[in-house]
Amino acid sequence: MNNIVFVLLRRLHSPLIALIIVYAVSVLGFVLIPGMDDQGQPFRMSFFHAFYFVSFMGTTIGFGEIPYPFTDAQRMWAVVSIYATVIAWLYAIGSMLAALQNPAFRELLTSNAFRRSIRRIHGPFYLVCGYGDTGSMLVRALTEVDKRAVVVEIERERINALELEDFKHFVPGLCADASQPDTLIEAGLKLPNCVGVVALTNDDAVNLRVAVTSKLLNPSQLTIARAESHDSEANIASFGTEHIINPFDTFAGRLAMALHSPGTYLLHEWMASAPHEPLTEPLFPPTGKWVLCGYGRFGKAVHERLRKESVDVTIIEAKPEITDAPSNVIIGRGTEAVTLQQAGIEGAVGVVAGTDDDGNNLSILMTSRELNPDLFMVARQNSRHNDTIFQAAKLDLIMQRGSIIGHKIFALIQSPMLDSFLREARQEDNEWANELISRISGITETEAPVTWELDISEEDAPAMFAASRSRERIQLWQLYRDPRNRDEILACIPLYCERSDRHILLPDDDTKIFPGDRLLFCGQARAQHMMEWLSGNQNVFNYIRTGEEHPSGYLWRLMTGKRSKARFQS
Amino acid sequence: MNLEKVIFAFFIVLALTLNFGFFIGDIDDPVHHNVYELYAAIVVSIIATVLKFGDRTHLGAVLLATSLVADLQLIIAAVVWAMVERISETGMTPHTMAAIVSLSGGAVLANVTSVVLLVTETVMVRR
Repeated sequence: MNNIVFVLLRRLHSPLIALIIVYAVSVLGFVLIPGMDDQGQPFRMSFFHAFYFVSFMGTTIGFGEIPYPFTDAQRMWAVVSIYATVIAWLYAIGSMLAALQNPAFRELLTSNAFRRSIRRIHGPFYLVCGYGDTGSMLVRALTEVDKRAVVVEIERERINALELEDFKHFVPGLCADASQPDTLIEAGLKLPNCVGVVALTNDDAVNLRVAVTSKLLNPSQLTIARAESHDSEANIASFGTEHIINPFDTFAGRLAMALHSPGTYLLHEWMASAPHEPLTEPLFPPTGKWVLCGYGRFGKAVHERLRKESVDVTIIEAKPEITDAPSNVIIGRGTEAVTLQQAGIEGAVGVVAGTDDDGNNLSILMTSRELNPDLFMVARQNSRHNDTIFQAAKLDLIMQRGSIIGHKIFALIQSPMLDSFLREARQEDNEWANELISRISGITETEAPVTWELDISEEDAPAMFAASRSRERIQLWQLYRDPRNRDEILACIPLYCERSDRHILLPDDDTKIFPGDRLLFCGQARAQHMMEWLSGNQNVFNYIRTGEEHPSGYLWRLMTGKRSKARFQS
Repeated sequence: MNLEKVIFAFFIVLALTLNFGFFIGDIDDPVHHNVYELYAAIVVSIIATVLKFGDRTHLGAVLLATSLVADLQLIIAAVVWAMVERISETGMTPHTMAAIVSLSGGAVLANVTSVVLLVTETVMVRR
């Protein structure tokens, strides 16, 4: 604020001085020029009158000639003064408008406004560097669950897009280079309520610098970085960055998972979905020969994964010499029927269109469909803006990179336990996942389930914490009963229990709960709210445990206490 | 030699000299205090204030403050003068003249501070 005033004043030096001089000369002129009063006696204006006259004359209000009608000499001076003051005013106002319109000045204004809006965030917030497809998906999901976010993005257009978005909470955006530490500090990196930094720019070097800066300036915060090459992945990991996400590996891993264990894939999709997203439908990919179009970074990762699953894959690649493709590759783009036929599309069960061009991908799939209508079709969607046409193509599986990475990061931020749960879930087989999926679909409606953590601690769940320390231990089933009727269970499923010495995947209902246990639930959002009530309210929780409504006031407790004691004695 | 510095010092010193010229003389004698001199002192003092705008150093801030004090004192003196001549029926009395001159005396002190600061800064630069 201070800076703005100073900058403005410095720019207005000369117009202000011009204005003062013009006024001073005009006033002095009126004082010195002799006039005449109503009796024809010589009269001189005082400074007071002269200043009064010049003030209304200069601003072109014009009340007339005071205190007596002017002589011709005075009128002559008035004419000169009128032009001089009007010009001086125009000059001053013009300079002020120019100063306000000045790009540098406007930049100062926006950066001040940005700093103010960061200071106004009171709760914890996440700093997201890079507002592309992934960034925008992540920011939307974060604001949906009432987590605040701040965006740093180098491209003006994307910041403009951010400003036009209608998020649940205001998201301040700064148009600056995230690789400069000053930018990150301005965006609130050093603030104690900045709990995490997510580096999502499309440049590994920038992500590396963001991660280093974050770890050096605020080591306690969660740092998540995107890295495209394995080299920079190792580099970023070397200084303690919590999570490094390789978009190609993650993406290919998900695709391979979708093909070989669709249940586990669906579990991942559901667990990591943003609030209010519809439930994704289960997939039934066939087994047999697959055709993979495109052998770039993505295609390579997919090929590797599929080969590990011992799936028979034929590759189509336009430039095998550049992409270092294996020798049995079919050369071509895959958009023409000839190439697809050469690859044996008629005998294949599925096709993966994995080039980095959305138009080509759609073309590949449309051509393949004509050649073999029963194909299982998987598309790689590169840009979020092509959503409508990909939806219209009615494909079996659309994989959008930004969305997959965004969901993965969202799950990491929302609950660190979810990551451990999913990691253990991946070790289980598809049957296990299918069983869990059917349990989850039993408790959810049309929207994807939400996941939440429950800490049996003094701060998070005082009622449960107190009960878990009592002599008769509480059991897991008591934690998710309906507080209004203990015979009903809440629409949620306990997924994971983390204890100091061990983890339990899908804990049973009669698992004993100890103080300090951390539990992961998934279910309807309503169940989460009910559980919050249950975890904090001693009386409600006692009702769940014993089925009795205990008196809550001192007096009643005293009286019933006496009565029960008396009953005991008799 | 820097033209900006010349103009700057010129106005600051001129503000002091004009102000001093008005101030000197018997405190309650209107004959010793010229209204034109007060007018000139006010105008020069305001110009000096504007010249000090935008200097972000600590010294610049203090210079601006002393200048604002001088403006305030002189403008109050001028307002008192206008009021006593135009609004009150007594006309100029030795009592009000003494009030006006002592107000300008305060402004002299502020202007002296300005000049002292200016000289100090100049001596420290040694260029």
